Amino acid sequence: MSISEFSYSAIPADAEQLRAAVRAFLQDVLHDYPAEKRAYSWMGFDAEFSRLLGKKGWLGMALPKQYGGAEASPFSRYVIIEELLAAGAPVSAHWIADRQSAPLILRFGTEAQREKYLPSICRGESYFCIGMSEPNSGSDLASIRSTAKRANGGWVLDGQKVWTTNAQHSHYMIALMRTGDKETSGRHGGMSQFIIDLQTPGITIRPIADLAGGEHFNEVFFDSVQLGEDALIGEEGRGWDQVTAELAFERSGPERFLSSIAVIHTAIAAIGPHPDAFQAREIGKITARLLTLRNMSLGVTKQLSEGKNPAWAASCVKDLGNVLEQELPEILQGVVDEQPQVVGGSAHAKVLAYLTQMAPSFSLRGGTREILRGIIARGLGLR
Amino acid sequence: MRELFESTIERVLSDLCTSDLLREAESGEWPVALWRTLEDNGFPLAGAPEMVGGADACWSDLFVIIRALGRFVAPVPLAEMIVGNWLLEQSGLNARSDILSIASESNLTLVGARVSGELRQVPWGRFADSVVTLANDEAGQLNVVLLDVATAERVRQGTNIASEARDQLSFSSAAIVMSALLPAHLDGDVLLAAGAMVRSAQISGAINELLVMTASYAGERKQFGKPIAAFQAIQQQLAVLAEQAAAASVAAEAAFAGADQGIPTFSVAAAKISASDAASQAAAIGHSVHGAIGFTQEYALHNLTRRLWSWRSEFGSSTFWSKALGKHVCAAGAEGFWPMLTNPELQNLSITQK
Ligand SMILES: Cc1cc2nc3c(=O)[nH]c(=O)nc-3n(C[C@H](O)[C@H](O)[C@H](O)COP(=O)(O)OP(=O)(O)OC[C@H]3O[C@@H](n4cnc5c(N)ncnc54)[C@H](O)[C@@H]3O)c2cc1C
Repeated sequence: MSISEFSYSAIPADAEQLRAAVRAFLQDVLHDYPAEKRAYSWMGFDAEFSRLLGKKGWLGMALPKQYGGAEASPFSRYVIIEELLAAGAPVSAHWIADRQSAPLILRFGTEAQREKYLPSICRGESYFCIGMSEPNSGSDLASIRSTAKRANGGWVLDGQKVWTTNAQHSHYMIALMRTGDKETSGRHGGMSQFIIDLQTPGITIRPIADLAGGEHFNEVFFDSVQLGEDALIGEEGRGWDQVTAELAFERSGPERFLSSIAVIHTAIAAIGPHPDAFQAREIGKITARLLTLRNMSLGVTKQLSEGKNPAWAASCVKDLGNVLEQELPEILQGVVDEQPQVVGGSAHAKVLAYLTQMAPSFSLRGGTREILRGIIARGLGLR
Repeated sequence: MRELFESTIERVLSDLCTSDLLREAESGEWPVALWRTLEDNGFPLAGAPEMVGGADACWSDLFVIIRALGRFVAPVPLAEMIVGNWLLEQSGLNARSDILSIASESNLTLVGARVSGELRQVPWGRFADSVVTLANDEAGQLNVVLLDVATAERVRQGTNIASEARDQLSFSSAAIVMSALLPAHLDGDVLLAAGAMVRSAQISGAINELLVMTASYAGERKQFGKPIAAFQAIQQQLAVLAEQAAAASVAAEAAFAGADQGIPTFSVAAAKISASDAASQAAAIGHSVHGAIGFTQEYALHNLTRRLWSWRSEFGSSTFWSKALGKHVCAAGAEGFWPMLTNPELQNLSITQK
């Protein structure tokens, strides 16, 4: 690993040009959308909004035209998604499909699978969730026990997934399942990925309330779920490599450092145009950290666009980004004399109350701090 | 050009910037051979036009030279000279080939062709032939002036934590070498911002080297029967060091990338804040992982860490730039925050108004 791989990359002019249109659209559609809802960031669910984006051509943008995409550069997509995040638009419905399911299906899917799934993702009509974690397999993902076994020309699934964001609203899950024996296929072998239609009999989905009372993630049970041959995506036994490739997309995007941007907006508004020295210092430092993370994230986007798999660099963005996202409510609850309030209180007080409670999850979802730092250490050749 | 610059400067500096040379420089000697080699390779004029013997390099190309100066902690004012020559050329004056430094802290007044006042914290001031700085004239306008160090009434020597010369020069009605009005597209903070920009690049180079040195030490040092790099606690610290190295480097590079139309003070502020904060964390991790050996004069770690502790404060500390940036951002209001972050044309931060 060399840090010079991490080089600055400006957004090309053709991608930058999209910004004005998406910003104007968001100002129009979200003009009375309140700050405390903007704070949901990419956890805000609104299928109607997702379909609107699909009509605009802003979903699955990087996909080939034949599947409904725009063959736009990854930077074009970047401009769209960072504008959505900065505005706090309700993007949760399509977020995972657009970010990682679609690129995964394009890369590893058969022609039939691409034709079946990609166009409706681009229209903002089809939503995906990620089935990786299980009750006994969090960080140690390779220890999963849910199985898919070949039977009558198809597959039969048994087991359980947990913490599955949006399973209750999604049409499909892309799940990592055990298809081979751990003893004979090695630690990272014997796993495969499946696209599971969540309407299939034998699947039970139960929402799990989070500490603030929201229902985002779920437990999902599979009881002799019968799927066709074409449920397998990619190669049997190569699930681990496929998941690893997917994670670089999952870890380097702007949602890894913009989850708390709503509280920057409310804090600046609460401070007003004449900050004292302490307020100025905190806001200035936050601005610098954000700008630097964005530049790092763009650097990784460049590498992804060149077909590389910058796992350690993506982990750098996510870890540093999560530290910032988590510190924002901490820092910004101290810059004005207002206490967080769930009911009543100013916009800043409400946003603070929400993000203070959400912050712990930022360094858990998508891989924990310790796991990310382990990946970076591997990149350094230390393990 | 960038690749050639980088490989040439790295070769020169890795040959010449030895621990012995650094020790001599810290005891007050001017590194004659090193400077001559840098001159022979054209670095002091790298950014100057071909007409005056320069290589006409853009700031993105100059970035790799200046980052390498940080990596090898070269005890010479090359970064300052590149900035000084750039400012002279921007002002319609010719770049210099004798040893040139810059002064961002100046209270000089210019009367006719003579200046009076003080320059503070002049990098390598006592070794420089001349200094570029700004001076207010009688009409209250800012001028770019070139001063001959020999005309200073007094040179008060100072050094930073790494014993690098940071001198105070006083002038009393001294004749200037040349001057021009500060061009309209540049601000009164131009030398402060340009200085902060090059220090950010130097810091990023030094942190990179610190990372390499610390990771390799952790691979060699054995305790409890295995290399300390095998301990997860050490791995996690090195990962944080790598993140900081990456952050400082990308932030500095982004500032340089926007510098050809004038120093982009907003992204320079972000770069200096990110790099200075990274310097603090990196130095602490470097020492923690090295143990006692890293605390000795014999071992080269301090060549990096003492400079990181110095450079993070020079041309504005993290706090200095944070306050300026925060004031600017708050003045634009919440609505202006994101548009400003994403559009360099909306960023125009200025520390001192003309
Ligand atoms: C809001 C939210 C949404 C999520 N959405 C999804 C989803 O959609 N799909 C999905 O599959 N999963 C999802 N997850 C699960 C997430 O991926 C896991 O929480 C994560 O991988 C950590 O697993 P765990 O919670 O079991 O913690 P554990 O793995 O038990 O970790 C607990 C602690 O031990 C540490 N630890 C574990 N192993 C090591 C080690 N080797 N070295 C050092 N420290 C270690 C961890 O870093 C952590 O600090 C979501 C989680 C959250 C909070």
